[in-house]
Amino acid sequence: MNWGSPAEFFAMGGYALYVWGSFGVCAVAMLLEPILLGRRRRAILRSLRRHAIADRMDKESS
Amino acid sequence: MSNGIVNWFKLASPYSFYPVAGKMQPWFWALAVLFGAAGLWISFFVAPTDATQGEGYRIIFVHVPASWMSMFIYLVMATWAGIGLALNTRLSGMMAQALAPTGALMAFLSLWTGAFWGKPMWGTWWVWDARLTSELILFFLYLGFIALQAAIDDPRRADKAGAILALVGVVNVPIIYFSVKWWNTLHQGSSVSLTKAPSMAQTMLWGMLLMALCFWMYSIAMTLKRVRTIILERESHTEWARKLAEVGA
Repeated sequence: MNWGSPAEFFAMGGYALYVWGSFGVCAVAMLLEPILLGRRRRAILRSLRRHAIADRMDKESS
Repeated sequence: MSNGIVNWFKLASPYSFYPVAGKMQPWFWALAVLFGAAGLWISFFVAPTDATQGEGYRIIFVHVPASWMSMFIYLVMATWAGIGLALNTRLSGMMAQALAPTGALMAFLSLWTGAFWGKPMWGTWWVWDARLTSELILFFLYLGFIALQAAIDDPRRADKAGAILALVGVVNVPIIYFSVKWWNTLHQGSSVSLTKAPSMAQTMLWGMLLMALCFWMYSIAMTLKRVRTIILERESHTEWARKLAEVGA
């Protein structure tokens, strides 16, 4: 174990800004990317649903 | 082909690949989380403090995996692009398109973490050194590929134009990789330098490999998720896409 206390862990031996700046941005990016893609997926699913409903109404009215 | 061999040409159709990608995706997410947890544990709690760089060296555990992935994803993207040009398979273009944003993100993370490592160790966020500059060009190649594809309305033509850009850009990957040998750069040479006591280097190496595996699994899961979305977007006119269970109409 490298750390005596949580404070020591977060201080990263004086490199806190650089270590957490690197790991933090990686973590945020790798959480945000799937979330944004999830939105894009839901958007196309919504559009497909509208098309499917329109198709069905077309068939019923004809 | 019913002799038990996977029919690759059947899999190459978006219609059959869509459910297969959907089945594979959760496994890669699970592996990414698993490798990530193990890798982070080693990165912070097992790997010892570096003799010269103190705790600052721990940036290596995200910097190296991101850099490796940025180069590797480009090679995979160019391979799909080349297959698409040669065989005219529709899925290839979609795969190349699905890989590009994750590759761009990895290139960005490589540059970002590199800057955050360079500042305390070299005293500067950025320097026009061969390794850094060629990695920046890789980032721009990804952005160029994405922008070019977005600028062309017909997806099949966009695939072809993008494929040519991707293939021409491949020349940059070996330049990045060998830049530290070919030129006198500020960037250190081999990332897996075993100059310290073997047991120490061993845990660092393990941490790095586990983090690299995490980034690998993440990239695969992300690409599968994105290619499924692209398939739906491009096949939105088809009956099968509109009748999917997840559409729920």
